[in-house]
Amino acid sequence: MTDSVLPSKVTSQSDESDGMSYLESLPRRVVTLYIPLFVILIVLLFPFYWMALTSIKPDEQLIDMNKYNPFWVIHPTFKHISKLLFETQYPRWLWNTMYVAVGATTLSIIASVLAAYAIVRLRFKGADAVGVLIFFAYLVPPSILFIPLASVIQAYGLFDSPLSLILVYPTLLIPFSTWLLMGYFKTIPYELEECALIDGASRWQILTKIIVPLAIPGMISAFIFSFTLCWNEFIYALTFLQSTPNKTVPVAIVNEFVDGDIYKWGSLMAGALVGSLPLVILYAFFVEHYVSAMTGAVKE
Amino acid sequence: MSTLQTSMPAQAAAVDTRSLWSRLRTNRNWVALWFMLPAAAFLILFLAYPLGLGVWMSFTDERIGRGGVFIGLENYEWLWDDAIFWLSVFNTLLYTIVASAIKFAIGLYLALLLNRHMPFKAMIRSIVLIPFIVPTVLSAIAFWWIYDSQFSIISWSLIKLGLIDHNINFLGDSNLARGSVIFANIWRGVPFVAITLLAGLQTVSPSLYEAAVLDGATNWQRFRYITYPLLTPIIAVVMTFSVLFTFTDFQLIWALTRGGPVNATHLMATLSYQRGIISGRLGEGAAIATAMIPFLMAAIAISWFGMQRRKWQQGSNND
Repeated sequence: MTDSVLPSKVTSQSDESDGMSYLESLPRRVVTLYIPLFVILIVLLFPFYWMALTSIKPDEQLIDMNKYNPFWVIHPTFKHISKLLFETQYPRWLWNTMYVAVGATTLSIIASVLAAYAIVRLRFKGADAVGVLIFFAYLVPPSILFIPLASVIQAYGLFDSPLSLILVYPTLLIPFSTWLLMGYFKTIPYELEECALIDGASRWQILTKIIVPLAIPGMISAFIFSFTLCWNEFIYALTFLQSTPNKTVPVAIVNEFVDGDIYKWGSLMAGALVGSLPLVILYAFFVEHYVSAMTGAVKE
Repeated sequence: MSTLQTSMPAQAAAVDTRSLWSRLRTNRNWVALWFMLPAAAFLILFLAYPLGLGVWMSFTDERIGRGGVFIGLENYEWLWDDAIFWLSVFNTLLYTIVASAIKFAIGLYLALLLNRHMPFKAMIRSIVLIPFIVPTVLSAIAFWWIYDSQFSIISWSLIKLGLIDHNINFLGDSNLARGSVIFANIWRGVPFVAITLLAGLQTVSPSLYEAAVLDGATNWQRFRYITYPLLTPIIAVVMTFSVLFTFTDFQLIWALTRGGPVNATHLMATLSYQRGIISGRLGEGAAIATAMIPFLMAAIAISWFGMQRRKWQQGSNND
């Protein structure tokens, strides 16, 4: 690049990557960008609109699609949602899900911080091999483990207890969080640690007083991502939990609401909506962390 | 180099004559053992051990509430002659290949769209990811309602538009049911593919495109000879994950069809649950799950070679 005026201007705003958009006319942009994007967004969001709309529709509007326009609601009702919250065990299921997700995520983050620090900074014998093993652990799916795990859980006497999920979910979360945190720890300069070592700090003090405070953004990312994974997990919860009050939201929605009634849809959609909202709200506050967790784990 | 420096205290400790405890306290291998212990305990007890146990159970006739005895390959011989098992293998491959290919195509297209300059860019990017945030089962329930045989909004709209004259039985007909679950899977998977590929696109320097335009490259040539080669490594990783998770999918099918109608949407994972947990034949269920392992190994091998290639590219990619 000999004529450096134009390229340097462009690379200075490289993240925006709008270097050549001035070459495009507006009608062309509408056809090649806005219309396809609009169609994709409508398809991606329609199920949520439909879920929310159904959960506030009175029953007669749900089943009479000729008299009422199904895409809108007249006289919205909170009947389905209040029925869900006050006449079923839904609050209990929400609490179970929250309890399992917080418990499993906290345990995983603690274990992952320790493991990632050991792999990246202690450089013990075989650290690289352990790192690769942990990556492979990330690739083992729950669908091939749930049957043997059911016997393991039975043997430990944890069957039908949310505690079983708190102990099993870390196997999904630790590989991912460790891998993500390893990337973060690598960016923290060695010099900080060397100073602390010279001042006589132990490894534990270095970890808690230097590394962890600097890696807080990475830990938030790992926490948010792990939390949504826990909330989403289904097959272990379906296999290990039997009694109604112990279930998590996804399992309860599938098993407890299906009564063959054509009026079930209102409460079913209300259940799905209320179960999704906590995650969507959490996501709205931590979008950047969530995205960096997702892309970071792939890029590392 | 700095690795050497941090290893100094440990070497110093090895030669001096302090007590065993103070030597251990600064020995990196000993300290690392304790740091690794919690993660290792979880992964060995609840991942490695069950993985081995599952393979062992597939060679036994264990049932729920009764221990099993070793029966060799009998479970596998049984499955070999079982038409439903082969149907589930076919369904799983169809589901994985069709859904992954479309997820890749739409995901890449969406990533290219999102990478362009537009108003509210950040907000649109965050909205795109919402289907991936919401628990699969809950969005599957919404699809169940959208696919309802009587009150489907899709049937209603198409009838009003005059395109069809009766309701479509989305989940009642074999091929329609396959198409419906594949669509729901694509709907959930596209945001993941798009956002991760977008992260890859953002690392491509715009000056490369500037240079290509000056040389007279067309849109397609710019994509084919700049974007695609630079994106190949991340595509390899993203698609490996996508294929892996699609292949082992369970919850979407279970919430929508439970394998029906007449086993037309049974995947290997759902069949394994049906035989292992619901019918109680743990040995047979474990055999179906174990039969998935060779496919997963193939996916992991592809991922591995994708990464090797990335290292090779990073070595030569200095503009």
